[in-house]
Amino acid sequence: MEFRRKDLLGIAELDPDEIRHILDTAASLKEISTRPIKKVPTLRGKTVVTVFYEPSTRTRMSFEIAAKRLSADTLNLTVAASSAVKGETLSDTAYNLEAMQPDVLVIRHYASGAPHYLARRLKCGVINAGDGLHAHPTQALLDLLTVREAKGRLDGLNVAIIGDIAHSRVARSDIQAFTKMGSRVTVAGPATMLPPYLESLGARVTCSLEEAVTGADVIMMLRLQLERMGQMFLSTLREYSRFFGLALRHLELAQPDAIIMHPGPLNRGVEISPEVADGAHSVILEQVTNGVAVRMAMLYLMIGGEKA
Amino acid sequence: MSLLISGGLVVDPSRNLEAVQDVLIENGKIAAVESPGTIPADGRRVIAAANLVVTPGLIDMHVHLREPGEEYKESILTGTRAAVAGGFTAVAAMPNTKPVNDNAAITRFILEQARAADLARVYPVGAISMGSAGQTLSEYGDQKEAGAVAFSDDGHPVMNPMLMRRALEYARTFDLPLIAHEEDLDLRGDGVMHEGRISLELGLRGIPSAAEEAMIFRDLALLQLTGGRLHIAHVSAFGSVALIRQAKAAGLTVTAETAPHYFSLTDEAVKGYDTNAKVNPPLRTAADVAAIKEGLMDGALDAIACDHAPHTSLEKDLEFEAAAFGLIGLETSLGLSLKLVQDGVLTLAQLVAAMSTNPARILGIPGGTLAVGSPADITLIDLNRQWTVDANTFASKSRNCPFHDWTLQGKAVMTIVGGKVVWEV
Repeated sequence: MEFRRKDLLGIAELDPDEIRHILDTAASLKEISTRPIKKVPTLRGKTVVTVFYEPSTRTRMSFEIAAKRLSADTLNLTVAASSAVKGETLSDTAYNLEAMQPDVLVIRHYASGAPHYLARRLKCGVINAGDGLHAHPTQALLDLLTVREAKGRLDGLNVAIIGDIAHSRVARSDIQAFTKMGSRVTVAGPATMLPPYLESLGARVTCSLEEAVTGADVIMMLRLQLERMGQMFLSTLREYSRFFGLALRHLELAQPDAIIMHPGPLNRGVEISPEVADGAHSVILEQVTNGVAVRMAMLYLMIGGEKA
Repeated sequence: MSLLISGGLVVDPSRNLEAVQDVLIENGKIAAVESPGTIPADGRRVIAAANLVVTPGLIDMHVHLREPGEEYKESILTGTRAAVAGGFTAVAAMPNTKPVNDNAAITRFILEQARAADLARVYPVGAISMGSAGQTLSEYGDQKEAGAVAFSDDGHPVMNPMLMRRALEYARTFDLPLIAHEEDLDLRGDGVMHEGRISLELGLRGIPSAAEEAMIFRDLALLQLTGGRLHIAHVSAFGSVALIRQAKAAGLTVTAETAPHYFSLTDEAVKGYDTNAKVNPPLRTAADVAAIKEGLMDGALDAIACDHAPHTSLEKDLEFEAAAFGLIGLETSLGLSLKLVQDGVLTLAQLVAAMSTNPARILGIPGGTLAVGSPADITLIDLNRQWTVDANTFASKSRNCPFHDWTLQGKAVMTIVGGKVVWEV
């Protein structure tokens, strides 16, 4: 199977076979990162540019390591939101970058749809590394890979996603990704953070953490963005943590072999207790490892192989 | 100068007239409307209008001409050129220019520019508050004397209910209507499109219909208190139509308009992050579209006005959340609205009422009728002409049109203002 897309903009447009192909590719590339010499020449002479309009360490580094393990040259541009407001437009920045002949542009942007905007205008491939509230497709893919490794399947699993669904691009992409692969997704959080029409994405919706995790095979905790405190979405951190923070006692409700996930960075003691984050059920660091594999797979599928 | 429009189907809702008639124009006024063949040609210019519809000149009561201040987007000349090309003989110009039209001097300037353009008539709308800042009332009496026909802070709601109350009372003093932009800014927050299934999918912050409905409810309550005339601009939501219908049934002096995009598009148009579909109030759902049509059908909504809002690539060729709200409509409004007739939603007479007679009545301006002695503002429409919207050929300076490449049926083929042919195909 060949990956025919110029860009990776979201999960919605991928079909299950394409997703499986990406996961299989990632699984086979994962081994490279365990070698003493963690580098293959696959993308030698290719250039990967990452442009981040939002702060990120994990995702940017993950893309960079992925590109380097495949021998691509990488170039990073971090644009402070404030200077973007005053400075050149997104399209001017993009055209300037394209003039340097990159093969793939990896973009994170605070505006939903910004990667789509670039993809329409640029000849090079565009990978969405997170856009506004909209999508974070490589995160969803690495989550799928992590669950598939732990459970041996994706079909028929109960997946609970807990937290600020309204402001989470991870949640949107995960709901779509797990639903497409045959899992049953339940989302939970305070109603202020559950936007209307969530059911239309295929998720079951509840305001009860306990209800969501009951019988769950996978529990995904979302990072609470602390700036939401001043925006009428929450009362106090203490109360949030009490009703929507995952603690050891909740694991008794879940399947005995349930796994705990978190896209990071953690607010320890807020959405997840340290005992759970560091406990035997946690696969949080495995997610990070798989992030590199999935990003290697995407770069390889988009600009490697026969497309070289 | 004398013109004879011969053999057209005259549709004049002001007189319940829908018949093949000849229309004689003399000295810029309607001189006669008679059975075909009764008026001798006598060397007059004869316009053969068989197979055409002859209506009172169309009036768009809600446009943004951008002059003074943003002439790179539109000017009074190009805006009125777009108007006449779309079949409009008159437009009401909203005051959110730079500076805001909140005084008689700017009102007079707009009228001078309109006279110089000599195309469509321009009726300035003055600001409700100084600078449309929502703090103090502007000078309604002065502005009325200068030519303002209504007051509006369009683009912004009047958030302070006390100011809105006083504005209704003060406008009543001078017997002019207030045109309200109904939106609760706190509830809108950072919203950029309708809040619903599509906003969730696209990850764009939503504007709930309640932001419009709640303000309409407030203003209807105030109108009950103050009397006067309230006109509700760009109605987009299901619940708004119901509120207005109910208020009319209760005898309140409220009128309302909607725009072609609210009965032609839904929030699905935003998919792909098309900034030409970013408009405020936002495109809503199929249920809202159905309610808007229902409102036009039963008279809850009086007028169709396109809210022509020119923007250039500087404001539109951006990330969706950074792009400006607004789309242009003067050159597509009639074609889109005629679809309502083709689909059996409105009769032709109802459509002409919504696009001419009712706006004239609401604003208290001449026009909207072909009664003898009225100004000879006339639109000739070919109901059968198929055409494809090409934003690149618009008379408007701007191109922010979500209807590019649509095929429409029906088009104005001649626009006559004050007896003068100002535009023809």
